[in-house]
This record gives sequence, C-alpha cells and structure tokens, in this order.
Amino acid sequence: MIEARDLTKYYGRRLALDHVSFQAHKGEIVGFLGPNGAGKTTTMRILTGYMPPSDGDAWIAGHHVVDESLEVRRHVGYLPENIALYDDLTVWDYLAFMGQLRGVPSLDERIAEVLERVNLLDRSESFIGSLSRGMRQRVGLAQAILHRPEVLILDEPTIGLDPAQRVEVRELIREIGQEHTVMLSTHILSEAQELCDRVLIIHQGRILAEDTPAELELRVRGAQQVRLEVGGEAPAEALGPRLSALPGVLRVATPTPNHLEVELAPDTPHDVRPALARAVLEAGYDLREMCTVSLSLEDIFLQLIRDEQAEPADTAASDAAPTPTPDEEA
Amino acid sequence: MRTVWIIARREFRRYFTRPVGYLVLFLYLFVLGLIVNNGLQRAYAFSLFQGAPPPDAEIVIGPMLTLLVFSIPALTMNLLAGEQASGTLELLLTAPIRDWELVAGKWLGGFLFVVVLLALTLIYPLALHLLTEPGLDWGPVVSGYLGLLLVSAALLALGVAVSALFRSQVAAFVVTLALFLFLWMLSSLAGAGSPSEGLLRYLDFGNHFYTAFFRGVIDLQGVVYYLSVTAFGLLVGTVIIESRRWRG
Repeated sequence: MIEARDLTKYYGRRLALDHVSFQAHKGEIVGFLGPNGAGKTTTMRILTGYMPPSDGDAWIAGHHVVDESLEVRRHVGYLPENIALYDDLTVWDYLAFMGQLRGVPSLDERIAEVLERVNLLDRSESFIGSLSRGMRQRVGLAQAILHRPEVLILDEPTIGLDPAQRVEVRELIREIGQEHTVMLSTHILSEAQELCDRVLIIHQGRILAEDTPAELELRVRGAQQVRLEVGGEAPAEALGPRLSALPGVLRVATPTPNHLEVELAPDTPHDVRPALARAVLEAGYDLREMCTVSLSLEDIFLQLIRDEQAEPADTAASDAAPTPTPDEEA
Repeated sequence: MRTVWIIARREFRRYFTRPVGYLVLFLYLFVLGLIVNNGLQRAYAFSLFQGAPPPDAEIVIGPMLTLLVFSIPALTMNLLAGEQASGTLELLLTAPIRDWELVAGKWLGGFLFVVVLLALTLIYPLALHLLTEPGLDWGPVVSGYLGLLLVSAALLALGVAVSALFRSQVAAFVVTLALFLFLWMLSSLAGAGSPSEGLLRYLDFGNHFYTAFFRGVIDLQGVVYYLSVTAFGLLVGTVIIESRRWRG
C-alpha cells in the first residue's frame, strides 16, 4: 500500500530526511514515533504529494508520489498536524466543499455517514470557528476519510487534545484502521504502543528501528528503573551489594547516601519490587519510598543510537534535541 | 474545469461572508455616486449658459477604471495569502487538483465578484438615459463596460499572482496596489520620441482603455493585451504556488 525507498529531503542545506525506507501493508496501522523535528511531518508531506523528495521514491497504492501525484492524492486521506480549517464555513459546508473538490459520489449521504462516524452530526450546522479543539480534530478526520481513501495519513492526530478527547480520537483511528491502511505519527510512546501494528522509530531524519508493539514494550520495560528512598545510617554502602545480587537487577547506583537507583535487567519476567522491599527491611533499614520510573523516549533513542554505535557527533546532537513529553499522560 | 468552478464559487460566496466584499461594494458605489452626481451638476450648469449637449456615459465610465485600481487589490489580497497564513493551503495542495486549477479558480471567484460590482453600476447609465434627451448613445457604454471587464480580468490575475507570493494580506494589498500604480503611470514615464515610448505605452493598461474602449472603439490590440496580461498573471501565480512545494 505504502512503499518508501530511500526518501531524502534537504531544506536548503539542512538534511531533514536521510534515506528513509519502509513499507505499510493493507489494513495495517503503522506508527511513526519520534521527537519533534525528527522528520515525521516531512515524510508525510512527501507521501501526500504536498512536496517532492530531494531524492528517493515512494509509491502509494502503486502510484508514484511525484510522477502520478494527482492519482496518489486521490487515494490518500490526510490530516495535517494542527489542521487548519475554514472558520467561516459550517461543518457541513466545509465537508461539502472538500467532497466536491474530490468528486465524492452521492455526497450528501456520505457527509451524513462520516459525521455520524466522528460523532458530529448534531454540530453539522455549526461554524467551524466555534468548535472546540477536539471537535475540529474530528472535522479533520471526517475530511480525511470522506472520499474513502485506501491510505490514511495522520500527522500527530492527538496533539493538543485533552485526555478524554485523546481516547476518543484513538478509538476512532482504531476503528478506521480496520478498513484503511493508516500511517500516523506521534511523539507519545504509549500511543504508538496502543494503536499501531508496527512502529517505526525515527530520529534526526533516520529510521533507527522498526518494532512491533511487543518489542517496543520490551524496550520500554528493559529501560525501567526502580528508585528507593531508604532511612537509616548510611544505607547505600550496605544495601548496594545486597540489592545488586537479587535476580533481575542489573546494577545499583547511589546518587545520595539515602537514595538508590536500581536498574532492572531487560526482559525480567517477574516483578522485582517485592524482593527489593524485603531486602531493605531485612537489612534493618526503613523503606520510605519506592517508585518505578520509565525511561523517556529520548532515553530510548539514546540507547538505540548507542546500540547502533553511531558516531559521537550524532549522540552529542541528540542530547541537544528537545526532550519529548514522558509517556505517562493518559 | 469543474474544480476551477468549485473553487470560484466558494471564493465568490466568501466575499459575502466577510466585511471586505461589502466594504468594496459600498465604497465603490458611494464614491462613484458622488462623482456622477458632481458631473451631472456641472453638466447642468454648463447647459444653462451655453446650451451644451447633455452629458454622456463618460461621466460614469471615466472614473470607474480609477476606482477599480484601488478596489481590486482589496479583492485579491486574501485569495492565496490567506490560505497560506492560515495553513489551509496544505489541504488544497494535497487534494487531487492541479495548481493552475486552484489559481484559476481563485481568479474566477474574484472576477465573478467584479462582474456583480460592475452590473450594479449600470444603474447610472440607465439613469442618464432616462434623464437626458434624446437618451444615451449605448455604443460607448457597451465598449466601455467590455473594456472594464477586460481590465478587471487582467488586474485580478496580477493580484492573484502577488497574493501567491505573500502570507500577509496587508503586504499583498500594498504590493498589488503599487504594481497597479506603476503599470498605470508607464505612459507618463515615456519621454516623447524616446525609443521605449511605444513599448511603455503598449504596456500601460490604462492607455488601451482610454484610447479605445472608452471612446466606443473595441480595439483588437487592447483585447489581446488584456487577455495576455490575464494569462501571464495566472501563469506566474501557478509557478509561485508550484515553487512553494519545492521550497517546502
């Protein structure tokens, strides 16, 4: 359905996409996961025919995105990031305008059908300017599926929504994904895990890894830490060796005498926390606090880059990249 | 062509959902009314003294070109600049429409509005016809309005091209108006007998109007000139939109 081969894009002299290749098959939901500025939007704009790549090729439903741009645009539904709509039109008139441009047959019934789908039928006569952020996003989705495209490209479909709206939009995407090939981008880890059949991790214009949600889960779990605050006389020296000896513990760091950071081995089948708690108490110390910390997306990127044994320059640059929001949002 | 029409219809309607359409209509008709009123009074005063002939359509059609020069930038400034500023251009450029269809549709929407505007001004020739003996010579009226339509087509196309260049409507308005005034003054820039005189007179869009259409002559050279400028403007607009894709 979607095939990209060595997509490369320069903005002036800045390299935004660096030989990006991937595929998405019919009925799949593929996620693009990466921080802001990773190249997600650029890739999507190339796939939708908005702009051509500097190099490389892509096909959608068998049509080349540059040579058969009009044909590609007929097969694609697109929800841009922060969708811009015509505030002076009603929801219905807006969809009618977009539907006419796309030559949708029996348009009135189709608009009603789509509005029902996104749960906006009762607002069809409202001016778009008066809608809330979440409703606007749903109008954007309605616009994207109006012409029954084979491929849906959704750029950050849940950005700027409150948690309830986010759940709603995700539900909708999952539903839509049953009949369409969906490619969506997000910088939220849990969203990618929850929605996608396959996740492409993209950073600084390169695809670092391609994971199933299960593999992604493993990466995330493998990157977990348990932080302890312990009361008593100099617990760090006494507890450090004891805790590192426990099964499932990779290493223990002691940033202060009363704080311990326990890094868990990836792929630990059992919960290590009860054992940690017992060990602290049996050693005669007070356990004041224990919490699990998931590593952020940025940490996972760093880990991936290390795994790749990338050049030092690369790692340094990613340190300067904006820190993505943690995945604990919904 | 269907797409061009869909965009044109939307654009035409939009003039009536925002103040700018009404503002242009009001100012155009109001100022024209003042000028025509003034002309009528003068003609009346002259006729008392000298038995001068009754006024003809010139007192209506004469000022209309000037008014168009100032009105059309307000009509075109939003056409493409607005879509770029709000970001709505992205969905239009990812819909299955060609770039020239988008530009031509925007232009046609503006042209339809000007047609309505000019149609409303027909009330003045009509009034003159009823007020004067033996009535109006309709020849210059027909050629004059045809000339105004051609001028509008050309100016709108240039305005659309300028609008494609900018994200800011104000910038689009100012540059469009400056471009119009520059083209308007080309004849006066031409020194008599200088080698460029003929060329400058040819490029001046007011010249073709006042030397021909205004005097009741439908001049083929003028028709070709206005249609060429229209095509040129639409082409430039399309190229600018296309280049947006490459610049990202």
